[in-house]
Amino acid sequence: MSGVRVLVGTRKGAFVLTSDGKRKDWTVNGPFFAGWEIYHLKGSPADPNRIYVSQSTGWHGQLIQRSDDGGKTFAPVGNDFRYATVPGTHQWYDGTPHPWEFARVWHLEPSLTDPDTVYAGVEDAALFRSVDGGQSWQELPGLREHGSGPHWQPGAGGMCLHTIIQDPSNPDRMFIAISAAGAFRTDDGGKTWQPINRGLKSQGIPDEEAEVGHCVHHVAMHPQRPQTLFMQKHWDVMRSDDAGDNWHEVSGNLPTDFGFVIDVHAHEPETLYVLPIKSDMEHFVPDGKLRVFRSRSGGNEWEPLSKGLPQEHVYVNVLRDAMSVDSLDECGIYFGTSGGQVYCSPDGGDNWLPIVRDLPAVLSVEVQTLS
Amino acid sequence: MNIRVVLPGHLRNLAGVGHEVDVDVVGAPTLESVLDAIETSFPVLRGTIRDQATQRRRSFVRYFACNQDLSHDPPDTPLPDAVIDGREPFLVVGAMAGG
Repeated sequence: MSGVRVLVGTRKGAFVLTSDGKRKDWTVNGPFFAGWEIYHLKGSPADPNRIYVSQSTGWHGQLIQRSDDGGKTFAPVGNDFRYATVPGTHQWYDGTPHPWEFARVWHLEPSLTDPDTVYAGVEDAALFRSVDGGQSWQELPGLREHGSGPHWQPGAGGMCLHTIIQDPSNPDRMFIAISAAGAFRTDDGGKTWQPINRGLKSQGIPDEEAEVGHCVHHVAMHPQRPQTLFMQKHWDVMRSDDAGDNWHEVSGNLPTDFGFVIDVHAHEPETLYVLPIKSDMEHFVPDGKLRVFRSRSGGNEWEPLSKGLPQEHVYVNVLRDAMSVDSLDECGIYFGTSGGQVYCSPDGGDNWLPIVRDLPAVLSVEVQTLS
Repeated sequence: MNIRVVLPGHLRNLAGVGHEVDVDVVGAPTLESVLDAIETSFPVLRGTIRDQATQRRRSFVRYFACNQDLSHDPPDTPLPDAVIDGREPFLVVGAMAGG
């Protein structure tokens, strides 16, 4: 029987939530790695039993854990993330040069085809790859060594590489995003990279339309439309139909176009989901109401989805990796909040139910669709 | 030479050990050699006490022994006699920080 496994990373551990295809009754397992920050955990599309976990604390640094049994048990693998070449400097908050220093892994992206290959997006921004199941890690230095690197600067949360998207139609093409440098694309398997930020406008940088320096929060792609990308920028929801070469704004009638998450319906490439946040100064939902906004037209026209979500006195945030979709016949949508709630809509956003209400602050939500 | 070591809770869980462990120090018993011995005995702890690339102590980790803070001493600092002869343990401590 089909079902789903929801992998939740929180400020104080990881949780694994499972249900059958109805997505009504849930089993909650965890916390795993209690007390550690779990920025992200994600399963391999090629082997759903293989799950990679980013585990860290400010005290003891970074570990990577791996499960080979679908999240029942985990074991540590390699955690030596050394930049491949002399790291150099990027801009610090005050504009001065600052040495590149590894801090943590923000995002793990398993290969679409090989369970032993996984990419890691790290702070300070760089892309690493393991081809031995996480035992060892090698940087793809062409990204960090892009000529614009000395001008990259950290966002409020650090200079993190937080988004990694593989093009299922072209194994040499990959997209990544960095706060606050912007989005980049490789067309040669990660050797060289080009900024893909034309059309972005950011008031927080001296040249609003600069080639790099934009605070991209998240990017999403439907696997059947690898030329089309959707972006939640610091402010503005953006769309590209030429693999990032050009972007245009599709914020339309959103109550605010600040936010972190963006995702695409599993079966409808023009159906998008965002969760607007009031502002960069007030990181909570507007009007005290928890609402997902859906566009069925690829942007611009948005409808609020609130049935089953609390509509008063809500002041939570939803972080960039904390929304995901399953691929069951009726697409399920999931998100987790800074207040520790994880919500599921088993019908594409029309109706919502809490899976859990009182976890630690949620950092990431990923869904595995199980056959 | 065996040295008694007390690890903080997170690292005990990672290494799968109890409150105190014995590690076999090779050569002169110094701060560096006892840390080397901890990482040799428990490879999962590599990177959690010292940075793997620089070998510098992580900012929120402290080394205590015999009521002394050894955290800022050079790596080749000899361990106190009471740690060498086993009367006292070498303590790896998670610093009080954050909430």
